[in-house]
Amino acid sequence: MADPAFNAVSIGLLVLAIAAIIYPLYFIVIASISEPAEILNGNVWLIPQSITFEGYARIFSDPAIMRGFANSVAYTVVGTFVSVTAILFAAYALSRRDMLGRTFFMLLFIITMFVDGGLIARYLVVRDLGMLDTVWAVVLPGAIGVWNLIIARAFFENNVPSELREAAQLDGAHDFRFFFSIVLPLSKPLIFLMIMIHLVGNWNAFFDALIFLDNEDMYPLQLVLRNVLIQSEVSGAGGSGAMDSYAAAQRIGELIKYGMIVISSIPLLILLPFMQKHFTKGALLGAVKS
Amino acid sequence: MSRLAVPTRRSTPRLRGRSLNRRAISSWQLYVLLIPAVAYIAVFKYWPMYGAQIAFRDYNPSDGFAGSPWVGLEHFERFVESFQFERLMVNTLSLNALGLLIAFPVPIILALIVNQLQSERFKKFTQSVLYAPSFISVVVVAGMIHLLFSPRAGVVNHAIEAFGGDPVFFMGAPEWFRPLYIGSDIWQNAGFSMIIYLAALTAIDPALHEAARVDGANKWQRIRHIDIPGIMPVVTILFILAIGNLFNLGFEKVLLMQTDLNLPTSEVIQTYVYKAGLQQAQFSYSAAIGLFNSAINLTLLLTFNWVARRANQSSLW
Repeated sequence: MADPAFNAVSIGLLVLAIAAIIYPLYFIVIASISEPAEILNGNVWLIPQSITFEGYARIFSDPAIMRGFANSVAYTVVGTFVSVTAILFAAYALSRRDMLGRTFFMLLFIITMFVDGGLIARYLVVRDLGMLDTVWAVVLPGAIGVWNLIIARAFFENNVPSELREAAQLDGAHDFRFFFSIVLPLSKPLIFLMIMIHLVGNWNAFFDALIFLDNEDMYPLQLVLRNVLIQSEVSGAGGSGAMDSYAAAQRIGELIKYGMIVISSIPLLILLPFMQKHFTKGALLGAVKS
Repeated sequence: MSRLAVPTRRSTPRLRGRSLNRRAISSWQLYVLLIPAVAYIAVFKYWPMYGAQIAFRDYNPSDGFAGSPWVGLEHFERFVESFQFERLMVNTLSLNALGLLIAFPVPIILALIVNQLQSERFKKFTQSVLYAPSFISVVVVAGMIHLLFSPRAGVVNHAIEAFGGDPVFFMGAPEWFRPLYIGSDIWQNAGFSMIIYLAALTAIDPALHEAARVDGANKWQRIRHIDIPGIMPVVTILFILAIGNLFNLGFEKVLLMQTDLNLPTSEVIQTYVYKAGLQQAQFSYSAAIGLFNSAINLTLLLTFNWVARRANQSSLW
């Protein structure tokens, strides 16, 4: 294949791929502000029709959705803090070649990548710990991904020269002090990457909440979203359920669905530009390691 | 290696001379840093592994994992003989094997193409668009499928009608479950996996491309003879890992995409474990099915790793 032909084919493919990704997302956005009847009749393609903001008005006045939003913010903040702290601590210790038992501990972590106790045993452990229906059930069971630990360890190994540590030790700085006042400030890109990975992961998580939470007041947004989008529960708490006719409930239900997809994705879209740089770096690190 | 050793050098032989105990004690702070993570895997990874023995017992909460009565392989036999068994095996295997075969090459192809782009700006733009969907949650992706492919209000069916076709009830049709699942998987994840391959491509020595260009090789030839061999080790490793997850992939999304009507193809081992175990509280029975599933995974992983090592390719270990 000659270069001009290759260029034409490859650019064509990419344009197609880009359109396939952007159009569904764009359609959700315009559908969230279009009159549902227009969508039903197939009049909405590229431009929103008979613009209405009723869906968003309902979403913002719905206590269940707003509570889900607040819960998700809380779980995301706590979860990210717990995960990133534990990962950075452990990864640094494991990056130290002079630590006795390093290989043993690393093996302990790596085994968990391939052997798994299974869903049921995990559930029973969390239950036996008395964590059901607590924040901890959402935050702790998935706190540490071994893959992230490996990435962080590789970063420390490659970016913290051992001469620096030896010099610090001569000055009387012990491991804690060296870690907190020298290693961490040197590792800002890593810390940033880890925070980003966990913000996204925690915000999007729903399965642990599904199995470990019974109390609807504790549901994160993703679980509320699942109930509305997939179980098609028109969020009743929104108010006049009994007053609405079936058709009216259907109509507002559709609007809420499109709107909720937009609302739940906005926090991540705000982060996206920041993540761009760091995710690429992280993927690079991971690839180099493997 | 000068003899006028600077002070830093002096610490090394002394360190070696110490007994192992002394060495461990002197770095106690490192062990303190390890405590949270080790406690985590002990409680949330190894304790459940220990708990997996309930697959061979009749678990009841008051007796605990090790105290419940031993029943041996009873649950496994029940599962293998159940009418569900064949359907679950076929569904799990075909969904994941098809998904792997169809979805695995896509990010590689994308990376090879994007890597050849001359305009840095277009390259960057393409990358960010392609991996944007990986930040979207599975709940949203499944929700989008339900909405966009809905029989009456969905934009896909409107498009089909606009071209004169008949609307399809996608979410109610067992034969549409796999295409939708695999298609949305590519839509969501191909861009992110592409970045890993792109990273591997940047590690290829540019001198190779220079030399090939001087010899008159065009882009297609350089991709075939430089890029593809260059990323083969990464491809092999990711493929082995994907094989090891063959019975594991994306079960959350399967659960979210299930409807009563598409169950004939959408019920897989893990969704069944979830339903039998957590919704119907048949703990031991579903733990046995889960264990069966993990055993297949591990066997596949080890087998393919062995094959890859035999073929003198890169392997995990």
